Amino acid sequence: MSDQDTILGEHIDSEYKYGFTTDIETDTAAIGLSEDTVRFISAKKKEPEWMLEWRLTAYRQWLKMKQPKWQNVHFPEINFQDIIYYAAAKKKPQYESLDQVDPELLAVYDKLGLPKEEQKLLAGVAVDFVMDSESVITTYKETLKEKGIIFCAISEAIREYPDLVKQYLGSVVPPRDNYYSALNSAVFSDGSFVYIPKGVRCPMELSTYFRINAQNTGQFERTLIIAEEGSYVSYLEGCTAPMRDENQLHAAVVELITMDNAEIKYSTVQNWYPGDKEGKGGIYNFVTKRGLCKGHNSKISWTQVETGSAITWKYPSCILKGDNSIGEFYSVAVTNNYQQADTGTKMIHIGKNTRSRIVSKGISGGKSQNSYRGLVQVHKTAQDAYNFSQCDSLLLGDKCGAHTFPYLEIKNKSAQVEHEATTSKIGEDLLFYCNQRGLSNEEAVDMIVNGYCKEVFKQLPMEFAVEAQKLLSISLEGSVG
Amino acid sequence: MLQIKNLHARVGDKEILKGLTLTVNAGEVHAIMGPNGTGKSTLASIIAGKEEYEVTAGEVTFNGKNILEMSADERAREGVFLAFQYPVEIPGVSTTNFMKAAVNAKRKHQGLEPIVAKDFLKMMNEKRQLVELDKSYLSRSINEGFSGGEKKRNEIFQMAMLDPMLSIMDETDSGLDIDALRIVADGVNKLKTKDNAFLIITHYQRLLNYIVPDFVHVMYDGRIVKTGDKNLALKMEERGYDWIKEEVGA
Repeated sequence: MSDQDTILGEHIDSEYKYGFTTDIETDTAAIGLSEDTVRFISAKKKEPEWMLEWRLTAYRQWLKMKQPKWQNVHFPEINFQDIIYYAAAKKKPQYESLDQVDPELLAVYDKLGLPKEEQKLLAGVAVDFVMDSESVITTYKETLKEKGIIFCAISEAIREYPDLVKQYLGSVVPPRDNYYSALNSAVFSDGSFVYIPKGVRCPMELSTYFRINAQNTGQFERTLIIAEEGSYVSYLEGCTAPMRDENQLHAAVVELITMDNAEIKYSTVQNWYPGDKEGKGGIYNFVTKRGLCKGHNSKISWTQVETGSAITWKYPSCILKGDNSIGEFYSVAVTNNYQQADTGTKMIHIGKNTRSRIVSKGISGGKSQNSYRGLVQVHKTAQDAYNFSQCDSLLLGDKCGAHTFPYLEIKNKSAQVEHEATTSKIGEDLLFYCNQRGLSNEEAVDMIVNGYCKEVFKQLPMEFAVEAQKLLSISLEGSVG
Repeated sequence: MLQIKNLHARVGDKEILKGLTLTVNAGEVHAIMGPNGTGKSTLASIIAGKEEYEVTAGEVTFNGKNILEMSADERAREGVFLAFQYPVEIPGVSTTNFMKAAVNAKRKHQGLEPIVAKDFLKMMNEKRQLVELDKSYLSRSINEGFSGGEKKRNEIFQMAMLDPMLSIMDETDSGLDIDALRIVADGVNKLKTKDNAFLIITHYQRLLNYIVPDFVHVMYDGRIVKTGDKNLALKMEERGYDWIKEEVGA
């Protein structure tokens, strides 16, 4: 092994910094999954009958389905009877200000190093914290209400805005879409609902902090965002989880819908526990995220920075149905130690003159495996569709792997599709140059990697970009001799 | 300031330095000349701490400290600067950000607080003018799309920013046209003080018309075989390296 490998080996050796747990009483469902579990969750959420029926239909469909095996990740068979499907924070307080919030809860966010989020709260960003499947705090709801914007827990939306939910829930990701979406549809416990009325530009970034806390509790979040004609919203999702020894399953479903001239920008920074250095523990993150550009000239943009999870398996996608609609996907996926990621996007061109852009940056260290999987599909109806894809891989060391699986299905000859791909390593010359200017290996790798990801980071809102850089540093940090 | 005694070094099985001795004091400018493959750039890399070279014998001290035991970044923070012959590109990292990190790494080492943004910008503005580097280069990714001459000017700019005690210039003149050469040399001359020192590695005498050395050393086969004043450089230019080879009996 060369010195270079030793340096990088040590570099990519750092352990998860956010491993801690909080002790807040939870109200949990019995272990395992049956129709009773589904009924329990629905009852807990005080749901109407139609919602229970919707869940039960999904559950029955799920029973007939099989776990998919085509992905380039490996894990032991999941025993779905070994999982607790519902855990909620016991008390649901109604706060008017942060001072009234449980200090223990605030301490959690402090440990996450999120003083900025508090600042954001004070500065006017509404935050819908999701703690163990339950929305615990929602702020600035009133301000949003004045503009007719709805931003609330999905369970609240089911009760308060049943017509909207009925119309759109499952319209982009039907329960039968895949194994995990069916599972999610049956047992989802919470998540966010956003509705932006016609012509309204949401005046603040909407954000949710997800957090998995109770042991053995799968998180089944459900998010639904609807942007009416001519509206705009930027939604931020950030996650981190405490250190646990058991694998935790997370199977969320996110659905976005844009009408004519509407735009949704969805940004994610994901830092769930990736497992220890031997690959033990860590979160399984199997998510279905899909946006439908239903109206003309509408736009959906996904930006994700993925540093966590033992296994990440997700393809935030866009269905470009409206003419002239635009889909974008910007992604940084970091894998270290024994992490596995199979992530990418699908751009489905249906409308005329639809355009899509894919920028994917994979960074692999340790013994991790990082795959980009993308599909660009141009239907017969999609006259003059255009796609640009760029997939770059950066390897830190020689025990990790980077894979690229780009798929193209073109059924209209007028389509224009461009694909660029690169694979590179942080070379000794580059490190030495930085060292010679007084930067340690750690600082150098940090800087090089951040530079490499710049194109994606600049898509993120400012504060989020800063956080993303911090997370990247933490995931790649290590003691360097 | 810098003392090198009987230095032997190799890369792989190949011995490159074979007993090199050199002393550089504060306030001095030293030039090292010599034909290709005699170990000039190796010497620069070893002083700066590049790991691919193995020192097999001898010692190198910098201000009395054994720098062979220090990592490259420690040496840099102690005040050793190398202007690279082939500066690398770092995509997505602007010269501004890079320099800020470097300046702060050095300040931290000296027990100082990170530099205030306003002071930093002022310093950048002053120093870039030394080498007539346009403002726009500072916000661009380091060396990306820079011409050869711009890269070299950027190296001298970085040197000015970090204010090193010992600056090593590894064939900074190669690939420079006469105007760029003058700009680089003027910049270096302005940086010269009685407290710092320069070690200039070059093939050609022409740079030494602009930066006048106190000592000229001729390197051959891993050793310094002849030392003189600036006139030695002129003599080399006139007569080539063959007479040195004859003189040392090669």
